Amino acid sequence: MTPFKALALSLAAALSLIPAGVTQAEPLRLIITEGVIEPLPFAVPSFVAENGEAGDYAANISQVIAGDLSGTGLFREIPSSAFIAQVSSFDAPVGYPDWKAINAQALITGAVSASGGRIVVKFRVYDVFSGAELGDGLQFAGTTDSWRRMAHKVADAVYSRITGEGGYFDSRVVFVAESGPKNDRKKRLAVMDYDGANVSYLTDSSSIVIAPRFSPDGSRILFTSYATGFPRIYVMDTGNLKARALDEQPGTMTFAPRFAPDGRTVVFSLEQGGNSDIYSLDSGSGARQQLTNAPSIETAPSYSPDGSKIVFESDRSGTQQLYIMGAGGGEPQRISFGQGRYGTPVWSPRGDLIAFTKQHQGRFHIGVMRTDGSEERLLTASFLDEGPTWAPNGRVIMFTRETSGEGGQSALYSVDISGRNLRQVATDGPASDPAWSPLQP
Amino acid sequence: MTQLAMKALLLMAALGLAACNNPDRFGSGGADGANGTGGAGGIDSSGLGSAGDPNSPAYFAQTLGDRVFFPVDQSTLTAEAQGTLNGQAQWLNAQGASYAIIVEGHADEQGTREYNLALGARRASAVQNYLVSQGVAANRMRTVSYGKERPVEVCSVESCYAKNRRAVTVLSAGAGV
Repeated sequence: MTPFKALALSLAAALSLIPAGVTQAEPLRLIITEGVIEPLPFAVPSFVAENGEAGDYAANISQVIAGDLSGTGLFREIPSSAFIAQVSSFDAPVGYPDWKAINAQALITGAVSASGGRIVVKFRVYDVFSGAELGDGLQFAGTTDSWRRMAHKVADAVYSRITGEGGYFDSRVVFVAESGPKNDRKKRLAVMDYDGANVSYLTDSSSIVIAPRFSPDGSRILFTSYATGFPRIYVMDTGNLKARALDEQPGTMTFAPRFAPDGRTVVFSLEQGGNSDIYSLDSGSGARQQLTNAPSIETAPSYSPDGSKIVFESDRSGTQQLYIMGAGGGEPQRISFGQGRYGTPVWSPRGDLIAFTKQHQGRFHIGVMRTDGSEERLLTASFLDEGPTWAPNGRVIMFTRETSGEGGQSALYSVDISGRNLRQVATDGPASDPAWSPLQP
Repeated sequence: MTQLAMKALLLMAALGLAACNNPDRFGSGGADGANGTGGAGGIDSSGLGSAGDPNSPAYFAQTLGDRVFFPVDQSTLTAEAQGTLNGQAQWLNAQGASYAIIVEGHADEQGTREYNLALGARRASAVQNYLVSQGVAANRMRTVSYGKERPVEVCSVESCYAKNRRAVTVLSAGAGV
């Protein structure tokens, strides 16, 4: 059995034990709603270092967990200066009154041991006001240099147990790192943890690169590059960083690639003679199928999570609007009917919403709508917001925000689909075109 | 190496590489290479001879005008653009097959990235089609879209946007593409 399966099973087992372990009528549960909520106060005492080598990791891991949870806007960390109790042993009984007194509704305790380049992280979650553990304790083991990932996995488990929804912290974001002046921007592909840590660069800046996207298993990245002098789509293996062109028909431009849920089919735009249409390509055999055939611009295709439909943008009505068609093509149905231009649609991993960029009266917005176009909600507004990408749990959207003028620069931002919790994602320099990976195994 | 030779080499490298499939061409993740053509973007023809010489590419670029401009979200050629392209076509036809031509299409920053790529391609294609209609051999020309990746003006008001919504006819020594 793979470690992932073992983890999944133990996590499932832990979750199934919640009803038996919680004795009160109202166990700790944060229901995420669209209304304004009061963040749930939690305490994460520094994890206990069970041996000398574990010292630094223990404190750092609890900080990353606290950062993950606070960063959602759904939780509020109680500073350790307010703590009455100290946790010096992972197995000691929890003194609930001390945590109740400082209004810590959730308590997360943990311990870390490290030796020979390996690290083991254990944790428990307590529902303080019920006086009971929330699920069973769990442990993760791995290499010491993956300590941040283990912290994210703990935070994902805590988030999931308290909200009942999947987490998104143990995930990566591929993006374009930018430098140089606005009229000669240098661009490189880069990948980082969702919170901006562990950045690595996948290309040098000798060619313009745009709009990278992960494969469903995170092992490959599609992107568009000017490596030949002309825009063309490539697929890169994230392990060895080897890239190959996917469609090299001369005299055409290919762009806007995105994987189908099968991880094999790639949908993209191909321009020939000034006209852009949407095609799909079997990345193994190279077989290509034309999905739209119109004199208008058809681009930015994105599959539904079940792979049966494609949402895309087209200006066939005269302005950019959103349409849905079958994965094999066919007559598309327009779904955007509000004022302004709509582009860059991306289907939510839950299947229920479509995120988009809206341009109206000189402003740009990131928004979401249901897949039939109803219940449109704009989440952001600025001089230039564009290119939404979904967190693996479909709760958070990351996008590019660019400032105006000669010194204008791009940065990555994230926002909850409720429109709350807008925040800049930490990157070393200007950045654009984020694409979120699935949760890592 | 003269600037002319350098530009020509870069352009030929760009064209030659189009059919090549070298997985290592993206360079190492750590290196910050400055070679290659795509990064330089918008290859222009400044420095190619003297603008006073009517047979020089500099004359083509500066005196005749190597670029035409488009209204917001449009790719149709204005009367003024057609006038510029008529001059371009006459010059190109008179020069025989001395130059290969790349028509670059560009958009202003007021649009999403991929749409603007497609829009830039439309603009480049409109210019190519017009030049062909005026007798310029289609096999001398290629188009490329830079979308909003390579503005020439960097302010965020209409006076700059108007100059960025452009198609530029770029010449390179050597016949055919």
